[in-house]
Amino acid sequence: MSDTAVKEKKAVWKPFTNGLINENPTFVLMLGMCPTLAVTTSAINGLGMGLTTTVVLTLSNIIISALRKVIPDKVRIPAFIVIIASFVTIVGQFLEAYLPALNSALGMFIPLIVVNCIILGRAEAFASKNGVFASALDGLGMGLGFSVALTLIGCVREILGSFSVFGVSFKEPLESIGLAPIAIFVMAPGAFFVLAALNAMMAAIRAKKPAKGKDGRPANCDSDCSSCGEGGCVHRFYDENGADTAVGKK
Amino acid sequence: MSTISELLIIAIGSAFVSNVVLSQFYGLCPFLGVSRQLKTAGGMGVAVIFVITLASLVSSLIYSFLLKPFDLDYLKTIVFILVIAALVQFVEMFLKKNIPALYESLGVYLPLITTNCAVLGTALTNVQEEYNVLYAVVNGFATAAGFAVAICILAGIREKMRYNNIPKPFQGMPIVLVTAGLMAIAFCGFSGLL
Repeated sequence: MSDTAVKEKKAVWKPFTNGLINENPTFVLMLGMCPTLAVTTSAINGLGMGLTTTVVLTLSNIIISALRKVIPDKVRIPAFIVIIASFVTIVGQFLEAYLPALNSALGMFIPLIVVNCIILGRAEAFASKNGVFASALDGLGMGLGFSVALTLIGCVREILGSFSVFGVSFKEPLESIGLAPIAIFVMAPGAFFVLAALNAMMAAIRAKKPAKGKDGRPANCDSDCSSCGEGGCVHRFYDENGADTAVGKK
Repeated sequence: MSTISELLIIAIGSAFVSNVVLSQFYGLCPFLGVSRQLKTAGGMGVAVIFVITLASLVSSLIYSFLLKPFDLDYLKTIVFILVIAALVQFVEMFLKKNIPALYESLGVYLPLITTNCAVLGTALTNVQEEYNVLYAVVNGFATAAGFAVAICILAGIREKMRYNNIPKPFQGMPIVLVTAGLMAIAFCGFSGLL
């Protein structure tokens, strides 16, 4: 799927816009769902998580791309994981020291950036095959696409669930006319509903436009990785033991 | 006696009250990705129970006997993810050689589990809550059991949903997310249990 991106890489900015729009990790590829749903109780948390992931993704893309000829093919996945985990640890320590409020809001999901499929997926699909500069742009684009999506979900949940956005509250004027915030949107079920609604909206918009094959996933994909064997995090991570064990081919 | 009741509270808390997928949001990738059929979902659930219980044991041993005495607390993310990846590989090789029947049924799910953030999440939670080895294993098992229950329920609903008339934009992932949201509301009901 991202091979098309590699082939079409005419313009320098191609990898950048690709991650931001055509292959948006959240809305198109459906990768990295855990942090997407867990930390988006407010717009600022979503943005913080997005930017933290962007930093890790860009730095690990650069290093992996620079080392792509050195790392033997057989041990590439463990090698990628060590590189990613190192950056996650560094970024985690940095947040703990300088942004303790954000650190405690994101909690466990900072160390869990290690297992975010987006990062390993990009390492495997892009950084291990392309140059350093292109990989950096790809990481930046994918990361920003992720940040935009998280901030958007966070905004919706914060506006509906607590009548504020980016910490600016407009609760009083609305409560004075008898409206109460819909608390379920900042609780766990609300996360699923908001993402479902945003995804359905994206699907409706995409259905109106003629299919250009740029969608980022094969036409028969309904995000069920196990029956697909092609798209998403599953396949990208999965070659570890040779293609014969791939889920799709069982 | 008090240990047993404490363990029971931890187990019920991890399995139902703060269900790993529906309220903690760990392991959503397999939850959404491998829940199309009840049979595969069950296989995934069993494999996850197996791996998380084992990973909790090993990571808790490593943490209390290696990382903590030598003040290497900050290395826990790197160490745990490597241990989990290696563990999954070993389990796979062991099953392939010694228990081929079990390997046949779990084999395809095992490598997937490395990227399941529930495994790393549980290992880190055990450290954060300062559970000892026994508590960590029980917590790991209960967390994974909660995952298995949730994924089996979702798969059951999705099997029935195939015959429903779903509005076009909601086909595929959105309707699954709505289902998961409704399940999350149902699991909120458990919060009065403890």
